[in-house]
Formats: sequence, structure tokens, C-alpha cells
Amino acid sequence: MVDIRLTDQLLSSKVCEQFIQDDKAGGHVIFIGTVRNHTSNRNVLHLEFEAYAPMAKKEMEKIATSALSKYDVLHVAIHHRTGKLEIGEIPVIIGVSSAHRKAAFEACEYCIDTLKERVPIWKKEYFENGEVWVAAHP
Amino acid sequence: MEINLLVFGIAKDILGYTQHDLVISESSTIKDLKLLLSKNYPAFEKLAKFDIAVNQEYRKDSYILNPRDEVAIIPPVSGG
Repeated sequence: MVDIRLTDQLLSSKVCEQFIQDDKAGGHVIFIGTVRNHTSNRNVLHLEFEAYAPMAKKEMEKIATSALSKYDVLHVAIHHRTGKLEIGEIPVIIGVSSAHRKAAFEACEYCIDTLKERVPIWKKEYFENGEVWVAAHP
Repeated sequence: MEINLLVFGIAKDILGYTQHDLVISESSTIKDLKLLLSKNYPAFEKLAKFDIAVNQEYRKDSYILNPRDEVAIIPPVSGG
């Protein structure tokens, strides 16, 4: 089963793990993305995430469903946050359970990599002396 | 014809709006729309890339737009 959430509220790894829990599982892999305090040599003050919500949810759903068919996994949860996030806060959590660990590690990496490529969510970094849309320019 | 254009991320800064009824020629393709945007707003050409989604799905340049379509400019994404 898949669980997709896009919210401006705090994300919880506990909630994610509860969803992927299964007696048939031999392990859970949970990726927690956190807001880093720097980019290259610049200090980041905070981030802001904007989403094209209906399409973002559809794309997240496609990624989770495709992970279920590509890998031998039981459940996939993809949770993403929007709005203003401070250093150390959590913009994304991916949770995958499987009978054997290798499939869960691979599926989890597939989900976060594909999310970063395809899901219409944009991150703006705020510095002491300016702000920038991440990845906008080559 | 008029399309309902939704705008996100840096594209919002370039165009100065988040939503707009844009008049384009009948049977315009996504490629035509991209050319029109780049011509009127050269900042689009400086982006790493930009895609167009129609009705919340990525579409190719050859896609022919329809007045009822929900058309979104998708500058380079950076979620996660």
C-alpha cells in the first residue's frame, strides 16, 4: 500500500513508520531529509517550499506505485512538507518496508531520487544577503 | 483562445503573477507557448530548463493546447 501526504504541518517519522508496519516485513528503511545550515560556503537562514499541490500529489503517488511494482516491497510512504522550514526541520520522509532489506534500501533511494527529479515542488534558500530558487539556473 | 496559466517558483518572479488568462493562437502547441514566453521574457532562456504540465501531467513540446486545459509552467524542481 502507498501513503502520500503533502502538508504544511510538521512531519513525523513515527507516523510514517506506523503506516509501513507489517508482520510480513523483515525491515523498515526510512529516509528523513533535513534542512542543512549551508549551501557551498553560504549560511542558510531558512527554506521555503512551494508546491503545485494537486500535481505534486499525483507524481508522488506515481513514484510510490512504481516503487511497489519495481521492487519486492510491502508498503511505501512519501510525506513532504511545504511552507517555511527552519534549520534541522524535516521537509521529506520516505518509508519503505520489505521482507528483505535490500529491496527496501533500493526502493527508498529510487523514491527520493525520482521525487527530486519530477515532483513539482520548489525550494527557496534564504541567506543573510539574499535568496535563491534552488536549481533554477545551470 | 485563452488558456489558464498557473505559474510557480522562479517563473512566478519572472512573470510577476501566479495565475493568468493568457491569449494564444488556436491550436498552439507547448513548443509555441515556450517560444512565446522566451520571446517576451528572456529570463526563461537563462533557466536550466522549464517544462509545461497540462491538466497536471508533464506533456511533450508537440502537445496541442486546448482552451479548457489547465496549463502550468514548471521551472526546475527542487523538492526533497
